[in-house]
Amino acid sequence: MNPHASQSATSIPVRSIRIAILAMGGEGGGVLANWLIDMARAHGYTAQMTSVPGVAQRTGATIYYIEMFPVAHIGAGQQPVLALMPVPGDVDIVLASELMEAGRAIQRGFVTPDRTSLIASSHRVFSMTERIAMADGRVDEQALLTACRTAANRFISFDMMRMAEQSGSVISAVMFGALSGAGLLPFDRQAYEDTIREGGIGVQASLRAFNAGFSAASGDLITPPSELARPAKPTPFEALHRQSREQFPLQAQELIGAGIDQCLDWQDPAYARLYLERLQPFAAFDQARGDSAYTLLLEVARQLALTMSYEDTIRVADLKIRSSRFERVAEEVGLKDGQLMEIREYLHPRLQEIVETLPAFLGRFIVTTGWLKSLIERLTSEGKTVETTSIRGFVMLYLVASLRRWRRSNLRYAYEQKTIQHWLDQVMETAKRDYGLAIELAELRGLVKGYGDTHARGTDNFNRICAIIPELEGPQASQTVMALRKAANADDTGKALDALLIPLHKQYHHQERT
Amino acid sequence: MAERSFKEEVKSLRLGAGEEFHGEGILAITKALLESGVSYVGGYQGAPISHLMDVLADAEDVLNSLDVHFESSASEATAAAMLAASVNYPLRGAVTFKSTVGTNVASDALANLASGGVTGGALIIVGEDYGEGSSIMQERSHAFAMKSQIWLMDPRPNLPKIVDCVRKGFELSEASNTPVMLEVRIRTCHVTGQFTASDNIRSAFTLKDALENPVRDTNRIVLPPASYLHEKEKLEVRWPAATQFIRDHKLNEFFDGDLNDIGIVMQGGMYNTTLRALELAGLADPFGNTRVPLYVLNVTYPLVDEELIGFTAGKKAIMIVEEGAPEYIEQTVATLLRRADIQTKIHGKDMLPMGGEYTGLVLKAGVGQFIQTYHPELVAAAPLNSGDNRLKSALAALDGQVHGRPPSFCTGCPERPIFTAMKLVERELGAHHVACDIGCHLFSILPPFNIGSTTMGYGLGGASASAFNIKGENKASKRAISIMGDGGFWHNGLLSSVGNAVFNKSDNVMIIVDNGYSAATGGQDILSSHHKHDTRSTQNSIEKAVRGVGVEWVHTLTRTYDLKAMIRTLKEALTSTEPGPKVIVAQSECMLNKQRRERPLLNKAIQDGKRVVRDRFGVDPDTCTGDHSCIRLSGCPSLTLAPNPNPLRREPVTKVINSCVGCGHCGEVSHAAVLCPSFYKASIINNPDRNDTRKQKWRQRVIGFLQRRHARTLASNAAGH
Repeated sequence: MNPHASQSATSIPVRSIRIAILAMGGEGGGVLANWLIDMARAHGYTAQMTSVPGVAQRTGATIYYIEMFPVAHIGAGQQPVLALMPVPGDVDIVLASELMEAGRAIQRGFVTPDRTSLIASSHRVFSMTERIAMADGRVDEQALLTACRTAANRFISFDMMRMAEQSGSVISAVMFGALSGAGLLPFDRQAYEDTIREGGIGVQASLRAFNAGFSAASGDLITPPSELARPAKPTPFEALHRQSREQFPLQAQELIGAGIDQCLDWQDPAYARLYLERLQPFAAFDQARGDSAYTLLLEVARQLALTMSYEDTIRVADLKIRSSRFERVAEEVGLKDGQLMEIREYLHPRLQEIVETLPAFLGRFIVTTGWLKSLIERLTSEGKTVETTSIRGFVMLYLVASLRRWRRSNLRYAYEQKTIQHWLDQVMETAKRDYGLAIELAELRGLVKGYGDTHARGTDNFNRICAIIPELEGPQASQTVMALRKAANADDTGKALDALLIPLHKQYHHQERT
Repeated sequence: MAERSFKEEVKSLRLGAGEEFHGEGILAITKALLESGVSYVGGYQGAPISHLMDVLADAEDVLNSLDVHFESSASEATAAAMLAASVNYPLRGAVTFKSTVGTNVASDALANLASGGVTGGALIIVGEDYGEGSSIMQERSHAFAMKSQIWLMDPRPNLPKIVDCVRKGFELSEASNTPVMLEVRIRTCHVTGQFTASDNIRSAFTLKDALENPVRDTNRIVLPPASYLHEKEKLEVRWPAATQFIRDHKLNEFFDGDLNDIGIVMQGGMYNTTLRALELAGLADPFGNTRVPLYVLNVTYPLVDEELIGFTAGKKAIMIVEEGAPEYIEQTVATLLRRADIQTKIHGKDMLPMGGEYTGLVLKAGVGQFIQTYHPELVAAAPLNSGDNRLKSALAALDGQVHGRPPSFCTGCPERPIFTAMKLVERELGAHHVACDIGCHLFSILPPFNIGSTTMGYGLGGASASAFNIKGENKASKRAISIMGDGGFWHNGLLSSVGNAVFNKSDNVMIIVDNGYSAATGGQDILSSHHKHDTRSTQNSIEKAVRGVGVEWVHTLTRTYDLKAMIRTLKEALTSTEPGPKVIVAQSECMLNKQRRERPLLNKAIQDGKRVVRDRFGVDPDTCTGDHSCIRLSGCPSLTLAPNPNPLRREPVTKVINSCVGCGHCGEVSHAAVLCPSFYKASIINNPDRNDTRKQKWRQRVIGFLQRRHARTLASNAAGH
C-alpha cells in the first residue's frame, strides 16, 4: 500500500451524511427533504439539498439528495464541499416512498450492502405499464422485497401509506418518523418533532403520522405486503358443500366451495348443483389418470364458476342494489357522520343486452318487430346514469334484478349454456389426447369476460384460438396455446394475436395440402 | 396565479447587508440581481428558472421600491430583445429562460445585441436543462455564446460563488461592452445554501431618465457599415477587455495540490462532483483541499490564454472536465497549447463520455482512469467487497420488475378527454398524422394514449404539419391534426402555425388546448388566462385571435370533459368540406391550478357549515372484470389496481383512489366506449340542508325495505328454499 494514499485516507476526519429520497409527485418528498435540512441546521450541522424535479412533478419520480456535515468538524475558514448528486455505493440512507421506487434506488446503485440503510414503504403505486395490462400485469412484489433485503445493509419496511391515511396526513411524515425510529441520524426524537412543529403546517396530523412511523420503525417491523382483502363469505349452503366434500378431492375443496357460492349468489341451488355435475367428469378423469394434483379439475372448476356466472344486466342490477354494496361505497369514499351520499351508476345497456335478458318469447318479439327494435335502439344509443340512491332509480334496478327468477328462459341463458357445454366437451376431448393442452384450453375460457365491447373482443379471441386447437399436435401444442392466450391479452387491437395466429393458419393450411 | 404563492421567498429578497440568506440557488440569483442594481428583468418561464420569474411576479412592492421593471415576456425572443435598453443607456438588465430551447428562440435578438454591444450590463441567465430530468433536446448553450461572442459564466454550484458571479457578470459586461450569459444547471438552481446578503441597489440612472433623454448612436445598429465595425470591435477591443477583466478580478479559480505534474481543468459547474470523485479516490478532503491541482473555469468562454498556459506548462498531463458535446473547451485548449508549443498531454473526452450528464459515477470512473494513468501508485487496489455478490443477486431479482415512470397527465387533467376522444375517433375514422407541440399535452405521445408523431418547438404544432397540404385532384382522404397548448399559441403559434395555415390555405385540423395557464412551466398567467389580473391584461380570447388572423372554422368547446361533444367536434373538423384550417379551442381549467385555488375555499365552506357537494368516482370490484380498458382510455393517476376480492379471479380490479377530484372523465369514457357498468359517481353532501334530510328519510324507508327484501331472497336462495 502506498504511504501517501493511506495517509490521506486516514487524515480525512469525518465525512458528510448522505441521504437520497425517492418520491413521486404529490407525496411530500420536498417537504421531507426540507424537514431534514431544517433539523440538521438547527442541531449543529450544515446541510445542503438539491433535486431534479422538472416534468417529474407530473406523476413521475423525483430524487432529492441531501448531505449534512457536522459544524464542530469545520475549522476556521473552511467550508465543506457537498455533492449535488448521489454517487453509487456512497449513500448512507435511502428513503423510498414506495416499493418499486426502492427497487429503482437499488438499480441505480444507491443501495449497497456495506453502507446503506433502506427505509421503504411496502405499498405499491402501480406503474402505467402495470395498470394498462389487459389482465394481471403487476410485477412480483416478493422479488422487490427480496432485492431490498439483499441489497440493503439494513432494511426497514412497512405500509407507510396506510399509516399516513390512518393519521390523516401524507406519507412523508410517516417516513420522517421511520427515519427517527430507526435511529439512523445523530438527532433525538425531540429534534424531529420540533422540526415538524416549526414547519407550522398540519402539525397535529403530521405528528400523528410521525409517531406511527416512529413506533413501527423502532421495532424494525417488516410487514408482509398487504393481504388480499377477502369479502365475508355468503351464507354457505351446507348440503351442496357437503356434496362437494364427498365427491371431490381435498385439494379442490376451497376452490369448488368458492364456485358453489358464486353460482348460488348468481342464481340458485339448482344452478350450483349443475356446476358440480359438470365438474364430476373432470374429477373422475384426473382420478383415473392418477394425477393427485388434480390440475385440470382445478382449472376447470375456476373457469366454469366464472363463465357460468356471466355478467348480464340482471347480475349487474342485483349487485348494485345490495345494502352491502351501499356500505362498501360509503366506506370507500370515507363517508363521515353528518354527510349524505348519492350514488349514480354509469350504465350503457344496449338493445342486445336488453333483448337477451327478457324471457325468450319477449326478446324474440322485440328483435322481429321493426319499429320496436329501432325505438329501443334509439333509446339506448347513449349511456345512462341511474341514481341508485333515488327511489326511482332503485326501483328500476330492483325490477331488473327481479328478472333473475325467469333467467333460465332468456336468450342469453340458452346461448351461454350451449357454449359452456361445448367448451367443456372440447376440454374433455382434448384431455384424452393431450392433458397439458386441455389445461390450456380450460384457462383460455378466461378470455371471455366483461361487458359490451370487452366481452365481444374476448369472445372473438377465444373462438379464434379454439378453432385452431384441434389442429395443434405434438409436445409444443400447450405452449402454443399459452402464447396465443398471452398475445390475446397483450393489446386490445388484436395485433399481437394476429402476429401469432396468421402464420399458424398458414402452416396448418400448408400441411393439409401436402 | 402561478402554481404556488412565493410570498415567503419574497421576504428573502428584502434582506439587507450582513443578513444571512437561506434558500435555493435560483432565488439567490434573483436576490443578487437586486443587489446589482438592475433596472429591468424579463424572461420566459420554464424549468429550472421558472422560480426566478414566479418570485419576481409576486414581488411587486420590492421591485417598485427599487424602480425595477419586471415583465413576463411573450417569448424568449421578446426577453432577449428587451436587453436593447442596455445598448445606449447605462441601465443594467437581466433576462432569463430555459436553455437551449429558449436560447434557440432568443438567438435572433441575442445575435443583434452582441453585434452592436452594450453600455449597461446585460445578463442572460440560462437554465441549462441538460442530463437527468431534462425535458428537452440535449444540447449546449456554449455554442450560442461562441457564435455570437457572448461571454459565458458557469459558476461553481455554491451560493456565495453564484451570487458573486452575478455581480461580476454585470461588471464584466460593462467592462467589455458585451452581453454575458450565466449558465446554471438544474441541480444548481435547486440547490439550497446560504450567503451573506448585501443591500439592494436602486440604479442611479433609471428607465425614466432614459425615456426622457433619449440617446441614439447609429454605430450600435446592425447595418453596414457598422456591422463590419462591430466584428472588428468584438475581436480587437471587447475580447481583450474581457480577458483582462477576468484575470484582474480572478473570476477563474486555482486550487493548488502537491501532485504538480498533473492537473484538472473544469467548468465551474463540474466542481462539486469532480471534488467528490477525488475525495472518493482519497485525493481530497471534504473541504476541497486536493492533492491534484485544479483550474476552475467560472468563465468558460472566453478562455484566458495566459491563465491556461500558466496552469498547464510543466505538467505531464491535464484532464478537462467538460460536460456535453461537442467538446468546445477541449478543442480550444488543444489549439492554444499547440500554438504555444506546450507538449502537455490533454485528456477529456478520451476518458470521459462524449455525451450525457457527468454524474458522480461517471466522474469517479474518468478521474480514476486519469490518476491511474499518471500516478498508478496512488490508486489503492479495490478492497474485496463481500457486498458485491449480494448486490448482484439483488439486481438479478429486480430484472424486469422496475418500470419507468414517464410523466403523465395529472388527476382530473382536462387535456385527458381530448386524447380519449382522439383515440375513440381513431377507431371510427382510422389513424391520422398527429403533429404535437410543447406543453403538458405532449404526454399524449406516451402510454396509454400513444398519440403524436413529432414535436418541433413551442407554438410550432400547426407549422410542423404544414407540408401536409395537398391541393387539387390528388387530395388525401385524411387530414393532419396538430395540437398546441395556449402557452405555445401565444408564444409563437398564432402566427407561425395558425396564420401560416390561413395564408397557405391549409385544410388541416388544429386543436388548441386552452387550460388558462402556461401549465407545463408552473401555471403562469398568459394573455388568455380566464380570470382577471390586477397588473396584467388577461381574458383575451383565443377564438377572437384566431378569427382575427382569418380562420373561419373555429369551434370553442367550453368543457373538455364533455367527451361526446369532443368526439363530435373532432369528427366534424376531420370531415367538414369547408375550406381553410379547422381550429378547435378546447377549454377547461388546468386541474392542478384549479384544485390549488378551490380546495382551501371548499374546506373553509365546509367548516363554516355551508352545504358543499363533493363528487368522486368509484368502481364496484364485483362487477369489474379486470380488463382495464378504462385505464387504457384514460390513464388517470387515480385509476389504479386492487387485488380482486373474488377468490376465483386472478386479475386485479380497477380501483379509484381518494385523490380523485370527480372530474367525471372515467364515467364519460365508460359511456362513450361502452365499457362496463362498474363506474359510479358518489356525491358526498357536506352539511346537508333540511330538504336533503327529508329526501333521505323517504329514500331510506323505501330503499331500505326493498333491500331487506332482496337480502331475504338471497338468503333463502342460499338456504335452498
